[in-house]
Amino acid sequence: MTISAVRLASNMASPIVPAAVEQPATIEIARLSKNYGAIEVLNDCSMSIRKGEAVVVCGPSGSGKSTLLKCVNGLETFQSGSIVVDSVSVGDRNTDLTRLRSRIGMVFQHFELYPHLSVLENITLAQVKVLRRSKAEAGEKAMTLLRRVGLGDKAGCHPAQLSGGQQQRVAIARALAMDPIAMLFDEPTSALDPEMIKDVLDVMTELAGDGMTMMVVTHEMGFARHVADRVVFMDGGRILEDAPSSVFFAQPSTERARVFLSKILRQ
Amino acid sequence: MSDVDPDLIKAVAPFLWNGLLTSFGLLLLAMAGGGLLGTVLAVMRIAGPRPVAGLAAGYVNGLRSVPLIMVIFWFYLLVPLVIGRPIGAFTSALVAFVIFEAAYYAEIIRAGIQSVPKQQLAAALASGLGPLQAYRFVILPQAVRKMLPILLSQSIALFQDTSLVYVVGLHDFMTAVSVTANREGHLVGFYLFAVAVYFALCFVASQSIQLLNRQSVSP
Repeated sequence: MTISAVRLASNMASPIVPAAVEQPATIEIARLSKNYGAIEVLNDCSMSIRKGEAVVVCGPSGSGKSTLLKCVNGLETFQSGSIVVDSVSVGDRNTDLTRLRSRIGMVFQHFELYPHLSVLENITLAQVKVLRRSKAEAGEKAMTLLRRVGLGDKAGCHPAQLSGGQQQRVAIARALAMDPIAMLFDEPTSALDPEMIKDVLDVMTELAGDGMTMMVVTHEMGFARHVADRVVFMDGGRILEDAPSSVFFAQPSTERARVFLSKILRQ
Repeated sequence: MSDVDPDLIKAVAPFLWNGLLTSFGLLLLAMAGGGLLGTVLAVMRIAGPRPVAGLAAGYVNGLRSVPLIMVIFWFYLLVPLVIGRPIGAFTSALVAFVIFEAAYYAEIIRAGIQSVPKQQLAAALASGLGPLQAYRFVILPQAVRKMLPILLSQSIALFQDTSLVYVVGLHDFMTAVSVTANREGHLVGFYLFAVAVYFALCFVASQSIQLLNRQSVSP
């Protein structure tokens, strides 16, 4: 009782509480907590992403940012709090998670293309099996997206024949093929060589420019500063800052964020 | 051995050939049935809730703790008692093999599935595939590729094991050789012939598997 009252008070005092908006947010995370036994992974996290917003979630490793992201499409479970995506409650037992996931695109750190399938088949599989598109229709959609990410000539290749940057762009195309209402990115450039990072970031920048709703866990501070609408800073399983990116970079309000920024920007 | 005359070989060849066909029939059907049941058991053990996984684990460990010949024999004796009519040597032997081999296949398949990175399942689920679809289209195809050489090796062992069906009087290749050898009085010659056939078939099969393995390692 006492603890929750304190939490509530601190929550109200902090600038984290989202301002009243006209339309419901595409992704609404409220007071989310998660633990593995005694270890707290997420602690009372609240944030929201409106339609068309690109939000970067950053913080030191182990801060819980990837876990928070994976809670959004139910790849990770949580003990308390709620996540509502497009009016569907993720934690609800009655929610058809499979159906919800088909509407949310996700891009992984290590691409996770299916190695036994060609690039084209990677992009058409879920379209055909989940959205029941015809093979021809799905193939056409895949080719359009492959050209958009600059890989129109790689449709017949297998993932192993592509560079990391190319694989990640295919993974983005695979997610976009489902016409998602939002895209989740889990450190999409962390496993890439420096010269390949730009290609992937360019695709993501274009996506944000086209008005895609995006939640991006990344250490790419250039992307956060120039492309993201807002930056959420996490440490120790808590959301410490949630601010427009210009504000976050100009004057982070917590000491933790200042230290994090000074370390990461020095590189 | 040198006194086995060609006419005799010609005369017994169809009988032996039929025996070999029975062995192959048993092998292929047991591989298919055992593979299917083994896959179900493996998925139960990996993805099922605890009681289901425990059931599958109990099945696998239980079957692996009894000799195959007992399973064949007991099925032949017990199933007619349960269903009230005889089911024939071939059917009962086949059921015994499916049930027994499934336990071994299940462990191979389980190892194969677990060798596929966990994030592949996450990616498949994230794309909106249901759990069954994710296994069917993403996890199992990769797992099968990795475990194919071991599955085939196990199947060679299974082929050799088919000779155990003599206990239920089924005329597989080994039994056919044995019957002929006793009837014709050429024990050494016919048993050497049986050894040569088993050796040739299994050697060719295992060499093919090695070739396949080498190809899959360097694509």
